[in-house]
Amino acid sequence: MVEMVSRPYERAFEKHALANPDVLCISADLTSSCEIDKFRDNHPDQFLSMGMAEQNMMSFCGGLGLAGYRPFIHTFGVFTYRRPYDQLMASIAYPRRKVRIMGFLPGITTPGGMTHQAIEDISVMRSMPNMTILETGDATEVESICEVADSIDGPVYCRVLRGSMPRLFDTPIVLGQMRELSLGSDVLIVTAGITTEEALRATAALEKAGVSVRHLHLNTIKPCNEQAILDHINSVKGGVITLENHVTEGGIGSLVAEVMADNGVGKKLKRLGLKDTYAHGGSRAYLMRYYGLDALALTQGVEDLLGQELNITEQDLSEARVDAVHSLAKAEGL
Amino acid sequence: MRNEKTTDDIALGIRRRVFEHAMRNNGGYLSQACSAAEQLAWLYNEELNLGAPTLPMIPKPFEGVPHADNPDYHTGAGYNGPFEPEYDRLFIAPAHYALVAYATLIETGRMAAEGLEMFNKDGSSVEMIGAEHSPGMEVHNGTLGIGLSTAAGLAWARKRRGEAGRVWVYMSDGEVQEGQTWEAIQCCAHHRIDNVKAIMDVNKQQCDGAMDSVMEVGDIKTKMENFGAVVVEVDAHNISDMREAAKTKHEGKPLIILANSNPFHAMPILEERFPRLHYVRFKSEEERARMNLSIAEALGVDPIDYAH
Ligand SMILES: Cc1ncc(C[n+]2csc(CCOP(=O)(O)OP(=O)(O)O)c2C)c(N)n1
Repeated sequence: MVEMVSRPYERAFEKHALANPDVLCISADLTSSCEIDKFRDNHPDQFLSMGMAEQNMMSFCGGLGLAGYRPFIHTFGVFTYRRPYDQLMASIAYPRRKVRIMGFLPGITTPGGMTHQAIEDISVMRSMPNMTILETGDATEVESICEVADSIDGPVYCRVLRGSMPRLFDTPIVLGQMRELSLGSDVLIVTAGITTEEALRATAALEKAGVSVRHLHLNTIKPCNEQAILDHINSVKGGVITLENHVTEGGIGSLVAEVMADNGVGKKLKRLGLKDTYAHGGSRAYLMRYYGLDALALTQGVEDLLGQELNITEQDLSEARVDAVHSLAKAEGL
Repeated sequence: MRNEKTTDDIALGIRRRVFEHAMRNNGGYLSQACSAAEQLAWLYNEELNLGAPTLPMIPKPFEGVPHADNPDYHTGAGYNGPFEPEYDRLFIAPAHYALVAYATLIETGRMAAEGLEMFNKDGSSVEMIGAEHSPGMEVHNGTLGIGLSTAAGLAWARKRRGEAGRVWVYMSDGEVQEGQTWEAIQCCAHHRIDNVKAIMDVNKQQCDGAMDSVMEVGDIKTKMENFGAVVVEVDAHNISDMREAAKTKHEGKPLIILANSNPFHAMPILEERFPRLHYVRFKSEEERARMNLSIAEALGVDPIDYAH
């Protein structure tokens, strides 16, 4: 059984902020939804309410950065770059302000539908010069995200998980270092965020079906250690498959494609994720199945990649966790 | 299409439905039913000129998002009747009021009661945050502050085409924190768009609590007037107030009705949860049971048997 951890961000942020007086806690009217409500109540001097006004907040944080503060912006990821893209670019990314953007509810982890689902954030941030991108995939990574993000000399966008989540790893994020979760020789699976747990569910079934899996988990998406990815690609016979909680354009699938093309690697690549589509509202488990982002989609992707039937069914995959949309553990509706 | 029921009856029916739903699901957008029921009931039952619904009473499941490969895609606007030049259009700008809006459709005979049972169910079109394919919705508004601008554009275009129908927007006061709201008013005034009308639920609440504690917005009426709107303040729970306000002349300017509402109107026990009313999730079975008894009594219904 994996250990489940409740609200790791809440504790990790408080610890980090209290040790670093130049860290400011910024909120955009989603304070409890981003697990900083206790921080607001206990440390009002370090907390700044910006209201529901994201454009102003972005440039305002640029101003805070100018004075040497390191604002941590808390809201849903989607609200940090869609409306205030211009402000993000001009006030934060260009001048390399040390603004730490904590984007909650990445991809389809929210039931809020299109307007709440950050499905192209990585693509946007990857194409933004000076921006660093981190993504968390378990409780340990969430526990280390504040410290790692705050070590960056410039702005950083983080995909942060909230609420109850599994502990998959026992070591913190090391900036720029991917996790090598298995080192087989047939296919290379590359995942990030919540899709890593899906791949872990699939690995045993794939191995049992005779596929030797090499699996990488990316927590630092930009900058990316291209050489390490290339070495792993060169270590498998059968090709590469990526699975992301994001559209297949511009995210980690594209990242791997670029590494392969840049280096003339003549192997097959299969990119799984949202296929040129918006998503809609629903539970995470439903959306992952509907849009082909789960363990089963991955095993089918591996079949396609290898051109061979593996006959893996639902029963062969390790048990999935199901989050109740209305569970008491959640802070708010959204 | 007019309903047999009075607008007050419809408002009560909306609250009863949202209450029942929140009880069964251990929480929900309950406070929005308190503040908004009369406004939405009045719009649908009296003010809006809408045709009969064109979509099935029992909503169809989710049928995909707009895409070149999805030629049959349509929005949920058909619950408000067909698009005809003489008919009005309505946008629910704060899409999280969807539960209350769906209850209004049921109470006014535009959707079957089964529709509410599909709320937030996987694969359903009756989404928690109203999507443009959800019943009664025509565009996505879950990103707050875009509704009035869309309405202004449609209103300008309808005027140019000589259509008599007006464009109504249901707004929330949190939206005035977004700069876009002000850009929209300024644009309406500049282009003399006076076939756009808005009613805003001024409940003084937002996600984090009382708006004054999150980001003060000051005197909304004066600010809006300065940006070029005609603004009337009403008591959001007084239907004749709203009727009168809607008659206000506003030539060359948009009309915005500020409906001052009580976020626990008709469910006084909710005041216990002040100032965290945005999404009421019961904190314990004890609280749930207590609220069940109290609200049921206040609304004149039996307590909800939510265990079954
Ligand atoms: C652009 C944008 N930022 C943030 C949010 C998240 N959010 C949803 S509702 C809301 C504020 C709610 O205030 P109000 O609109 O007045 O609604 P009420 O509290 O009356 O339900 C926020 C911040 C959003 N939906 N859109």
